[in-house]
Amino acid sequence: MTAILPLQVRAAKVRRRGKTIVGPVDLDLTDVGTTIVMGPNGAGKTTLLHMLHGLARLSGGAIAWNMPTPEAQTRQAFVFQAPVVLRRSVRDNIAYPLILHGTLKSEARQRATDWAERVGLAEALKRPATVLSGGEKQKLALARALIREPQVLFLDEPTANLDGRSTREIETILKRTAAEGTRIVMTTHNIGQARRLASEVIFLYRGRVHEATRADAFFAGPKTPEAAAFIKGDIVE
Amino acid sequence: MGEIWQGLTAAFRLIVTFDADLVEITLRSLQVTLTAVAIACAIALPLGAWLAIQRFRYRRTVIALLNALMGLPPVVVGLIVYLFLSRQGPFGALNLIFTPTAMIIAQVIIVTPLIASIAHQAIRELWADYHDLLISLNATKRQRMATLIWDARRALMTAALAGFGRAIGEVGAVMIVGGNIDHVSRILTTAIALETSKGNFALALGLGFVLIGLAIAVNLMIHGLGRTEREGTW
Ligand SMILES: Nc1ncnc2c1ncn2[C@@H]1O[C@H](COP(=O)(O)OP(=O)(O)OP(=O)(O)O)[C@@H](O)[C@H]1O
Ligand SMILES: [Mg+2]
Repeated sequence: MTAILPLQVRAAKVRRRGKTIVGPVDLDLTDVGTTIVMGPNGAGKTTLLHMLHGLARLSGGAIAWNMPTPEAQTRQAFVFQAPVVLRRSVRDNIAYPLILHGTLKSEARQRATDWAERVGLAEALKRPATVLSGGEKQKLALARALIREPQVLFLDEPTANLDGRSTREIETILKRTAAEGTRIVMTTHNIGQARRLASEVIFLYRGRVHEATRADAFFAGPKTPEAAAFIKGDIVE
Repeated sequence: MGEIWQGLTAAFRLIVTFDADLVEITLRSLQVTLTAVAIACAIALPLGAWLAIQRFRYRRTVIALLNALMGLPPVVVGLIVYLFLSRQGPFGALNLIFTPTAMIIAQVIIVTPLIASIAHQAIRELWADYHDLLISLNATKRQRMATLIWDARRALMTAALAGFGRAIGEVGAVMIVGGNIDHVSRILTTAIALETSKGNFALALGLGFVLIGLAIAVNLMIHGLGRTEREGTW
């Protein structure tokens, strides 16, 4: 199987309503590790992830995977900041991507059951997904993203609504997923989580990449004052 | 008031005795309208879904047109269908005029815009929620439409019911294209019109109550179906 990575991003830009909200961004994503995207609210983290995943149209520059983009897209998955739940049971939500891509319903449901267990939703399998709590919906979205074993997994604040215990469970799953070879790109406002998971950090500020560096280097001594202030917990404007 | 009372007793008598004519007329009403609504749904639901997900140049115009078509006067629909199906019309050779099929055609034309319009509203809202996910999962256009139609099934059921309500009580168009021929194309509404014109108010009212009862029964049935559905919280 050809690898989807490395990814090359060159001068990529996203404009909305005449305003550049992300970019120009230059970025290289190599084939191992977990990249954490950090930055204050409105910095453009969500837009950057959407852009990489092909959800936000480029208004300049280029994004090149190691294979044609349509093919690359089928090997990626995305967990959205606001979880999208289908009006179906939890199990059918998780099975949905498999069924879309031709897996038999019985097998898809079996695998969905396995994934529901792994994210701690075993009890809720047959419940309508719309009645889940916010945190449970995020777990569902994670299971649904992982079920096709993507080579690149984007997560937009996947633990934002979770309590400490669920956050640790999710982090464990993400670590295992990364160890099994899935490239993870995620945003978080939780600096502790970034330290626990990141092998690489991208610090985004006003739509521009201020730092893209190894995690240990970033946390040891961020090069830009904005990033330094951000890590200290100061307010960056 | 006496007439209403007589109507009620007439209706009661007709129903408990399983009056042969009443049963025949009622079944024909149901057959015509249920067929028409089924066909209309088969057209309107995909159309509504397609209009919700597809961007094209004259989309707004098409939607405006659809909304305008909801207000089509049934009598005019009847007249046009008549002109197409009558012996001298372009489809005269099919011998459809004054048959239940002609009535079905007219009802399909009357309710399709209504169902499509309600369906489009509901599906467009759902699409706003699902958009990013379905794009991310590389769902094909067909799969997107199927997913939206299935997940909006509650609202779509209501759309179908609205269509049923409009079709079952419609008289102008079916009278023109069906001709209200006894044992061929007579249905509840045309029978009511006929009995009223003959001065048989009690019988007309009796038929009217059956018609109302039918509309309520179908509503309750579908409501019940939605209720008993296991995943019934949406
Ligand atoms: N469709 C749009 N039209 C105009 N501006 C937009 C649009 N989408 C996003 N923006 C703006 O772009 C900026 C970046 O938004 P984005 O959602 O990427 O930020 P973020 O870093 O993910 O923030 P948060 O931490 O709050 O999730 C924001 O200022 C936002 O208001
Ligand atoms: Mg965001």
